[in-house]
Amino acid sequence: MQALTRKQLIDKAVSLLDSNTVSAVLGWKRGEFDYDITPAVFTSADELNREFIWNDFCGANFSKYLVSKTDRLEGKLLVFLKPCDTYSFNQLLTEHRFDREKVYAVGIPCNGMADIDKIKKITGDGISKITDNGDNLIVETLYGDAPVEIDKADVLAERCINCKSKKHVAYDELLGEDGEVISSNRFDEVEKLEKMTPDERYAFWQNELSRCIRCNACRDVCPACTCEKCVFNNPASGAESKAPSSSFEEKMFHIIRAFHVAGRCTDCGECSRVCPQNIPLHLLNRKFIKDINCFYGEYQAGAEVGSRAPLVDYTTDDIEPCDVFNGRDTDA
Amino acid sequence: MRKCALEKINSVFEEIAKSMTLYLPVDGSDGKAAFTKWENGMEWSDALNTTKSPKDFFFPQSEDLMKFKTEGKNIEIIDTRDEKEDFAVFGVRACDARSFDILDRVFLTEPYDSFYASRREHGIIISVACNKPSETCFCTAFGILPAEPGGDITAWKDKENLYLCANTEKGEALLEKLEAVTEECTDDSADTIKESIKKIAEKLPLGSLSTDSFGGGKTDEFFNAPEWSELSEACLGCGTCTFVCPTCQCYDIKDFKTGNGVIRYRCWDSCMYSEFTKMAHGNNRLSQKERFRQRFMHKLVYFPENNDGIFGCVGCGRCVSRCPISMNIVKVMKKLGGKSE
Amino acid sequence: MQMNNYKPLIVAFCCNWCSYAGADLAGNNRLSYPADVKIIRVPCSCRVNPMFVLRAFQRGADGVIICGCHPGDCHYTSGNYYTRRRMALLFSMLDYLGIEKERTRVEWVSAAEGAKFAATMNDFAETVAKLGENKRLEDLRCKR
Repeated sequence: MQALTRKQLIDKAVSLLDSNTVSAVLGWKRGEFDYDITPAVFTSADELNREFIWNDFCGANFSKYLVSKTDRLEGKLLVFLKPCDTYSFNQLLTEHRFDREKVYAVGIPCNGMADIDKIKKITGDGISKITDNGDNLIVETLYGDAPVEIDKADVLAERCINCKSKKHVAYDELLGEDGEVISSNRFDEVEKLEKMTPDERYAFWQNELSRCIRCNACRDVCPACTCEKCVFNNPASGAESKAPSSSFEEKMFHIIRAFHVAGRCTDCGECSRVCPQNIPLHLLNRKFIKDINCFYGEYQAGAEVGSRAPLVDYTTDDIEPCDVFNGRDTDA
Repeated sequence: MRKCALEKINSVFEEIAKSMTLYLPVDGSDGKAAFTKWENGMEWSDALNTTKSPKDFFFPQSEDLMKFKTEGKNIEIIDTRDEKEDFAVFGVRACDARSFDILDRVFLTEPYDSFYASRREHGIIISVACNKPSETCFCTAFGILPAEPGGDITAWKDKENLYLCANTEKGEALLEKLEAVTEECTDDSADTIKESIKKIAEKLPLGSLSTDSFGGGKTDEFFNAPEWSELSEACLGCGTCTFVCPTCQCYDIKDFKTGNGVIRYRCWDSCMYSEFTKMAHGNNRLSQKERFRQRFMHKLVYFPENNDGIFGCVGCGRCVSRCPISMNIVKVMKKLGGKSE
Repeated sequence: MQMNNYKPLIVAFCCNWCSYAGADLAGNNRLSYPADVKIIRVPCSCRVNPMFVLRAFQRGADGVIICGCHPGDCHYTSGNYYTRRRMALLFSMLDYLGIEKERTRVEWVSAAEGAKFAATMNDFAETVAKLGENKRLEDLRCKR
């Protein structure tokens, strides 16, 4: 269960609309089921009461929408930000991607989001209802079986299991309690891969990346990917491609994408959430984050506005590319 | 009708694989089912749907059309078409089985697509009825019966047996080959399964979706509907819906320079992409709203207009479950459908 | 088949101000290095985008080496410092994906180091030759 209720969020939004502090609200809109939630802009109390929702499936990170949704907006846009969203928010501000004056950010605590795929693995298809019972989700199916009670911890999204921070790093106003930056085990999987032999790693990534269908969802949802025209969409770039026509193209797209966001990726995990083929894309980004921390000192993108990203910075005694592997080999 | 005990199902796969390549849904390392080339020891997945539809077998995501090679001042043109081998796709669901009829209307009418036709000719579809449809299924809205899927052979599964019934000559020929591993049974053997599926199908939350408001000739009515702005406002412009869709059939033809020649290939394209149908004058659809509208107008209005009223959707529910922002054809139909009442 | 005769194709990105001049000096001094090292001159080593490296492999390179001025000597003051960070991360990522780490290298070669240039190329070509053809980052469409 989330710390705040839907009603608390709606009340806040309505009061800010009523006082003309904001002219619109970026929030989550209910769908056909209890879990298919769509980001939406609300402009009236009526709409909010009817369609606004806040539950364990409101995972979407709104930060990137601020770029397009504040563009032609009269007045301010209210946005609800979970702790991890605030990092993306700051990173976008650092890159001057939206106008801070046009946004009213309300920080809301988050207890982690549920992964519907994990739920379906337990209950099977045909979910008719999901009710929140504090620590448990009660799932009913079309098949008339007894409702299944699932411990929320068992169906937490990967990125929430490895949550890096419950602390809001940006907001105009905070609802509820703020948390702390927490030490997570998010690099464990990366380390596991590093310990494999190159052949095993190659086989692992070949298997994962070969499933890519190049839907570009990872890129299009990524708050760090805000280029007006992506190199992979630009016929003049020489790198444009619409399909993974060879195993090389699959790798190139993902290497270049991860590299382009290296040092700017806040590890919000949206890429892995949206991938229809369940490719663990966060493991690419986390590798860069881990390397950056290890080579150039701890750095968390988005922790503060205006910080200098590691790839547009240097020191005169940086590690040499040839020494990158030495340290690791002696450690092993 | 013939039947085979589920514990002996491997012998059926083995028998099919003797004469042709067999593909069937198998759970992958990510826990999701995908059509995979069968090898001994593989287990047929219980999953309702694969993430990627089986349209890949006939209309692959990317395929070479021809090659050019230059040598001095000569250009050699190489035909890349090769004789296809027979293959069978087992475990196709009712929605996907119908999707091939929709693709046929596109690729097997003038201009006739020989690449697609050759694959269709050599492919045989063994469909399986859906014992446990998902809440995301709405095939019944398009008149598809999950209890009676199409294809060359239809199969029904209960706790003990798999029942097989041929629908076409191709299917009969394959069933004959399976005589040694299956046994004769009465035609009503699968009736209990069909009944239970029918009952479940009635309970599907999206099954009652109405298509009445849509169809050919409705362009004017829907094209400028104000609802498109709201429906498309969160759309990321990714191609997930189009690439998991069993009926999306738009493609682009591109050239790849290899360094010593050119490969002309075609690959799936998505109307959600900014470069979709880009022409000399630029793009037709400049905003995501227009691109989004194109996808649904195509399925609900333009396609039926050109194809005797048949809709370009089979209600498989893949876009419902896979869209990153959970916007899909169901929501579009519900929003726009109420208008023309 | 004929592994004895196998000669790896090496792409060497050389900065205009130091390493390219170093290659020139190697030539003037009649120092030999493999003819299969194909030099691409770039204004500065930091002109090399990670995509260049991948592209080279796609188009048939078996090894890619980036040569620039020694740290501190960049003609543009700091270009090679950025190269150093980028390539450290890129090479680490390629290794993470299981691509042989010996196929990529960064070496600082000044305009006066003709001998170092030749020695580097000889050593690199030998290392790559031991690995054999690049299979893990190849694009079959580009094979003859």
